Amino acid sequence: MTVQQKTRRPSSRSKFSLLSLFEAMATPHALDRYLELVDPMTTVRDLRGEVTAVHRSTADTVTLTIRPTHQWQGFEAGQFVQVGVVIDGVRHTRCYSPACSQYRDDGRIELTIKAHPEGLVSQYLHGNAYVGLVVSLSQADGTFHLPSPRPDRVLLISGGSGITPVLSMLRTLLDEGYSGALTFLHYAYTENDVSYRAELDAIAAENDNVRIVLAYTDQESGGDLHGFFGTEHLDAVAPWYSDAETYLCGPPGLMRGVKSVYADLGLSENLHLEEFAAPVAVVAEDAAGDVTFSDSDVVASNSGRTLLEQAEDAGLTPAYGCRMGICFTCTSVKTSGCTTNVKTGEKDSEPHKKIQLCVTVPVGDVSIEI
Amino acid sequence: MFGIPLSAVSLPFFGSSAKAEALTPTVLSYEQVQELGRELDELRARTVAKLGDTDREYIYNIVKTQRGFEIAGRAMMYLPFLPPVWLAGVGALGVSKILDNMEIGHNVMHGQYDWMREPGFNSEVFEWDTVCPADQWKHSHNYMHHTFTNIVGKDRDIGYGILRMDEGQKWNPYYLGNPVYAFLLMTFFEWGVMLHDLESENIIQGKRKWHDVKPLLQGMWRKAGRQVLKDYVIFPALSGPFFVTTLVGNVGANLIRNLWTYSIIFCGHFPTGVQTFTEEETADESRGEWYVRQMLGSANIEGSPLFHIMSGNLSHQIEHHLFPDLPAHRYPELAPEVKVLCDKYGLPYNSGGFFKQIGSVWGKIFKLALPNSLTGSEPTVGVIVERKKVAA
Repeated sequence: MTVQQKTRRPSSRSKFSLLSLFEAMATPHALDRYLELVDPMTTVRDLRGEVTAVHRSTADTVTLTIRPTHQWQGFEAGQFVQVGVVIDGVRHTRCYSPACSQYRDDGRIELTIKAHPEGLVSQYLHGNAYVGLVVSLSQADGTFHLPSPRPDRVLLISGGSGITPVLSMLRTLLDEGYSGALTFLHYAYTENDVSYRAELDAIAAENDNVRIVLAYTDQESGGDLHGFFGTEHLDAVAPWYSDAETYLCGPPGLMRGVKSVYADLGLSENLHLEEFAAPVAVVAEDAAGDVTFSDSDVVASNSGRTLLEQAEDAGLTPAYGCRMGICFTCTSVKTSGCTTNVKTGEKDSEPHKKIQLCVTVPVGDVSIEI
Repeated sequence: MFGIPLSAVSLPFFGSSAKAEALTPTVLSYEQVQELGRELDELRARTVAKLGDTDREYIYNIVKTQRGFEIAGRAMMYLPFLPPVWLAGVGALGVSKILDNMEIGHNVMHGQYDWMREPGFNSEVFEWDTVCPADQWKHSHNYMHHTFTNIVGKDRDIGYGILRMDEGQKWNPYYLGNPVYAFLLMTFFEWGVMLHDLESENIIQGKRKWHDVKPLLQGMWRKAGRQVLKDYVIFPALSGPFFVTTLVGNVGANLIRNLWTYSIIFCGHFPTGVQTFTEEETADESRGEWYVRQMLGSANIEGSPLFHIMSGNLSHQIEHHLFPDLPAHRYPELAPEVKVLCDKYGLPYNSGGFFKQIGSVWGKIFKLALPNSLTGSEPTVGVIVERKKVAA
């Protein structure tokens, strides 16, 4: 990666000791807790990003260009970052995959976000993102990326907003001067729902070894293919698919379709995919499903008791205090699933949220970091 | 502490068994207590529904103000040759530490701002500008004190293991020094708060073993070390020739904070009229009963909005004990509704000006230095709570 390498200057040692002096002076608070009050983009430890461009490419998508602070270590095409924004006083964090090449010259990252009807953060960003907005960022993460060295043949399949990680792979391969066979197969409802159409056309025109295929599911003319994914689509666009590595990201229906076709062909090992957790539907009161205590590798069927009691029933010993929701000793991270707070009756289905085990009961499948 | 000795009442009830006086206590039926609990739950839910941008802006503004006082205070201490400026610097740093400990630290560590999901305001990771490590304080305060509020023998904030603050604590000659211990605790309050979770009297009595306290001592050493290094080494050293004056100024700022926080906190549970409870009375409490105990065991201080901010809104101790995890700046708007509920159910709402409340606290400190037989018990109208549903 050429983008983010910072060279250490000779003065880095003295800078370091000056930094530790400042940190000692600010103790017990982090220096960033002072700096953010003046300029949120001047940070010592925290990684943040400033929106430098906002572009609404289709009716329901927005493309943000983000300049990260100096802590940013870059990403590999296909990985995701967590982006946090404040909505009505609360910081909400969601995962998005950069759509740009990992070699982008200015070190900025480009996110294309589809405003889902139920998506709080995506709706907010689509409606309210502005140049100058500062968001919190995480370092890039995720195992969905191209191997090194690159495969001889690559098939990229995406659907809807799943275009971003595979488009990043495509742009990255082109920046590397990739000369193998490369097909990019993208599914959308209609031609109006395709983000990056102009870019894709330009790429197809400039690169002989790259084939861009647009498939429309709700439109019978125009484009290259119509209807849903199947072997006939594969044969038409990448007849060499059995010797290729395939990278897939898209909505659950497309993911299921491609997975089952690859399983039938005995090619599951060549298929690499990124699964974004689908939003959890809030289900009825009755205790159903499994509670997964992810740190301990324990799964128990939901008994309807509080998560603290269920963890203890499963032989675990999470920390607790008052057992009545006052002292916050038992707070843990719920990674996925829906829960009810027995004190307030409030339901919560947001992933990666801190909850108090002693006053929370799971509704359906829940995964929690204990 | 109310008028009827335990044996005279057939129903299980709240309140410590003080000497009998002919005063009529309020009696709350089982149904009334449940209803009161429901009404308080609703009040809480209405407030939670309102939380949003205004609460976020509020706490950020407080933090900005606190940082401003801190930086200004430390800067002004570089001018010891201008005594009024230097003194103002000491005062500003004292104000900064009070804001940091009360309206920010105490409240953030109660989880009042956890809903913002902002790393800088999360109860799990927040640290405050005092020698007591946050995790130990959260155990002794959030858990021990807020769960077992005013239960003699369980709430270690009754006397902090040093003082005799309730007639239910058995007198012995050691307590003759009660006012002296209180004065020393006030002066060195941050260190007292730090040592609180050690339960030193239990160590002396052999109830706590070395392996129990070793991790606590390590945590204290780490936290207090950094605090001492900052206030008594680094900042004085940075002021070069003014090392001694900066050192003295920092000691002064910490002392200002100690005197103030001690006074506010002692007004929360020790003024006249606040009730204490026994473990038997409070076994297997319902949520409504827990609420009633919090109200009877806490006292408010009346004052201006600025006074409330400087006390971390612990001047609304009753509201704080009912809803410890609601943002404290909401307590003033909750207080009238809580008071209406108290009136409705005939419950006392203990409130008074600062000098009245702190005066009655010091009165108690002096009085309880002596055995009850010499001073006599104070008759208080109490509240009786029916703990069981009575068959009609």
